Amino acid sequence: MEFAELIKTPRVDGVVLHRPFLPTVEGTLCLTGHHLILSSRQDNTEELWLLHSNIDSIEKRFVGSLGSIIVKCKDLRVIQLDIPGMEECLNISSSIEALSTLDSVSLMYPFFYRPMFEVIEDGWNSFLPQDAFKDLESMTDEWRLSEVNTDFSVCPSYPPLVAVPKDVDDDTLRKVSTFRHGGRFPVLSYYHKKNGMVMMRAGQPLTGTNGRRCKEDEKLINATLRPGKRGYIIDTRTVNVAQQAKARGGGFELEANYPQWRRIHKALERSNVLQDSLIKLVEACNDQNHSMDRWLSKLEASSWQSNVKEILTTACLAAQCIDREGASVLVHGTEGTDSTLQVTSLAQIILDPTCRTIRGFQGLVEREWLQAGHPFQQRCSQSAFSNTKPRVEAPVFLLFLDCVWQILRQFPCSFEFCESFLVLLFEHAYASQFGTFLGNSAADRSKLSLPEKTVSLWSWVNRPQELERLSNPLYEANSLVIWPSVAPQSLLLWEGVFLRWNRSSKCLDEAYEEMVHIIEYNKELQNKVNSLRRQLAELETEDPLLQES
Amino acid sequence: MEHIRLPKVENVRLLDRVSPRRSRVGTLYLTATHSIFVVNEAGVRNETWVLHSLVFSAEKQAATPSGCPLIIHCKNFQVLHFVIPRERECHDVHLSLQRLSQPESYEELYCFSYKPNVDEVERRQEWDFLDLKTDYSRMGLPNSLWKLSPVNRHYKVSDTYPADLFVPESATPPVIVGSSKFRSRGRFPALSYYSKENHAAICRSSQPLSGFSARCLEDEQMLEAILRSNPCSDFMYVVDTRPKLNAIANRAAGKGYENEDNYSNIKFQFIGIENIHVMRNSQQKMLEVCELRSPSMSDFLEGLESSGWLKHIKAVLDAGIFIAKAVAEEGISVLVHCSDGWDRTAQVCSVASVLLDPYYRTIRGIMVLIEKDWVSFGHKFSHRCNHLDGDPKEVSPVIDQFLECVWQLMEQFPCAFEFSERLLITIHSHIYSCQYGNFIGNNQRERIELGYEK
Repeated sequence: MEFAELIKTPRVDGVVLHRPFLPTVEGTLCLTGHHLILSSRQDNTEELWLLHSNIDSIEKRFVGSLGSIIVKCKDLRVIQLDIPGMEECLNISSSIEALSTLDSVSLMYPFFYRPMFEVIEDGWNSFLPQDAFKDLESMTDEWRLSEVNTDFSVCPSYPPLVAVPKDVDDDTLRKVSTFRHGGRFPVLSYYHKKNGMVMMRAGQPLTGTNGRRCKEDEKLINATLRPGKRGYIIDTRTVNVAQQAKARGGGFELEANYPQWRRIHKALERSNVLQDSLIKLVEACNDQNHSMDRWLSKLEASSWQSNVKEILTTACLAAQCIDREGASVLVHGTEGTDSTLQVTSLAQIILDPTCRTIRGFQGLVEREWLQAGHPFQQRCSQSAFSNTKPRVEAPVFLLFLDCVWQILRQFPCSFEFCESFLVLLFEHAYASQFGTFLGNSAADRSKLSLPEKTVSLWSWVNRPQELERLSNPLYEANSLVIWPSVAPQSLLLWEGVFLRWNRSSKCLDEAYEEMVHIIEYNKELQNKVNSLRRQLAELETEDPLLQES
Repeated sequence: MEHIRLPKVENVRLLDRVSPRRSRVGTLYLTATHSIFVVNEAGVRNETWVLHSLVFSAEKQAATPSGCPLIIHCKNFQVLHFVIPRERECHDVHLSLQRLSQPESYEELYCFSYKPNVDEVERRQEWDFLDLKTDYSRMGLPNSLWKLSPVNRHYKVSDTYPADLFVPESATPPVIVGSSKFRSRGRFPALSYYSKENHAAICRSSQPLSGFSARCLEDEQMLEAILRSNPCSDFMYVVDTRPKLNAIANRAAGKGYENEDNYSNIKFQFIGIENIHVMRNSQQKMLEVCELRSPSMSDFLEGLESSGWLKHIKAVLDAGIFIAKAVAEEGISVLVHCSDGWDRTAQVCSVASVLLDPYYRTIRGIMVLIEKDWVSFGHKFSHRCNHLDGDPKEVSPVIDQFLECVWQLMEQFPCAFEFSERLLITIHSHIYSCQYGNFIGNNQRERIELGYEK
């Protein structure tokens, strides 16, 4: 299938582009198989280079013979193209519609992208499970890396290598996988060095209406308990929903079968509700009315901030169980691919300072989201401007990033990266030239040969020039567990994402630059002081006369 | 000292605002000026000082097995939750605090007894630190268009206006006096801010006593004089910061607003900022929301919205922006008034000044601005901030709103201000504490009578 078939008109001159904050510009619009490009006539500079996969929806408007196409992007940007000529306008718009709704993954841009930079470190190999396991091994010998899922046959959404308790063999794992939703048997998510407690995650147990039990599942999670100690199971569904799940073959861990585990229900919203929440939030943010009257109630009606609060609260709860109560934790929802991952990854931000470094955070996203089987392809296929009824799309990962931003704002010196890194991840999860977020699982990625055929986002991010841009100048490495406030007053609307295109950030950027300069200058002066002190010390040891004074 | 029934109570518990389990036990002392809570834990002494003059209310609750709760709300929004072991002691502390925090006369205010380690010469110098005439010179005044008028030197024309006022060059004393008779409380149109670059000016006054059809030649001449002081434009704005309905209602009482037909070349505009009673209730509701124990996000957002607080802040900012644009972009002079010209008028003129002039965004500048548009122009600090035990209906967070507007601007333009949030909080705190004499009384004349400089 040739892209050319879908492009009705590859090129139109005299197109006017309207973008937020920049002056309107006129130029030539080109459509390629993957991009919408506008080159200005002035000096042939590219004013716009937009991936079709970044387009959520388009709208056409006609005033006389001038047609306008309003392009609404997944990164929440809205741009307008004024196209002279009705026919050209209609052709362009139907071409864009076709090109932005391609089904097959292997037609996506990452398969065609040739990097303009030298790949020094291949991001596809930067965060392999075996390397993560080596770190674990250095801290404890209670775990082993199992290859039971090497061919993805035991659990199609898990990675090929998983960490399980040492004494649990592969046969046990196979049996447990038949007792958990999607074959997602409990695996290690995080090991808390301070006290040896662990966090595990899984899919819901398939107890069904008969109260089915699986001794192997009990053995598996009990293996993580210290003698005489209890563990906590955090179920991200309400008690009612968990009960109702039994009718569909699912359910929850019965106290009788898991006497050493205490179950806590902390309901988090399901994916379909979250998409609706995002749409309402973005609508409220883009309301041109500028009236204070309904702003807060529209914000409240979207429930976005409520969702942020609930997720953060649950993550704090999991972290508290591990750090304060000194107990192990098992987290699951229904499938274990959405709210479960929000909780486990956020809990690690709270507990583990390594996750707050740039590399550590990348590793966290790799482990707890990509390899853990969060269905990115499905969840990020549409964003807030989609005009089709949401089916599988949901801003689960965006919510996670929002929660990280909340913590980052409350603890500005504890993160090695700054807000731009989080915004970058949001953008690339929805549309990217890199293959990192393609596919729904490690199995998908392997089948599509992504590591061989596409470039990893990490390869690009970990170059010195990018790292510098994404670093937080206020960072001071510490080994603390940080507890965010979840009071409503402490949780703000993430302007950097939701108001990014409504309000110029020029003044805030200036203030940020100023801050960076002050910190650099301070460091320079500090170095100077240190060097002068050293000189003085040297002189003092050399010259006995000085010593006397 | 005679108001202190019980100067010392031991074994008092101070509950932590966030987690009631984390309370501290110590000794509560009452002095003439402060309550001091002293905790001695593991050899480390920790003191919490609360100025009596900052106490808004002290509420004694029903005794519980662990003691008698006493909740103190401060005017700077600090809340202290004490638990006093014996009810009798709690009763005494409660009554003492009530009396100590509600002085009956000006002499009891803290500023009259506050004696920091500053010598007399320095102290006098500090009162002269902010000379308003210097600010007018900075604007280039007096000049050929604006002059200093001696008309109110002895506060005879308007006793709530300052002694020094700038008026248009062409405004003669008869015109000024005539205009003042047509304005509520004699507060005739006078200069607040003059833009050197384009001669546009912001003037302020109170509402005209126009009723349904009254006219005053001198008042019309006064506005014409203001217009003539701006050679670059042929009309001026008259901005009434009240909602239209309120202004119309005032007509029945013989007051009201300017009729465009009677005044030549004015464009009249209502801005619609609510009155002091609405603002008082709004702040009260907002504080209640903030004090909710464990609110859900919904509770919080809904509560905040129904308080309307942010809506009012936006209204004040919008008004300031309108005036600033008129001056800076259109080069048109503006006359601003509300009812009495000392609440919304002060807010709006000073917000516009902050937007227009970078000087007012410096540390010294903001102080000068407050001295000029608030202190000297007769904002009723003592009434609004309840310095003495007075009429609760007069109390309203008017200056609070101005300070918050400045803070909102600082959030959007972090590099444009020389000072930080801390300055605004400090100013706010001392407006209410009366530790210093700057804000006592209700106008310049009263302040001088009280002998604040001593």
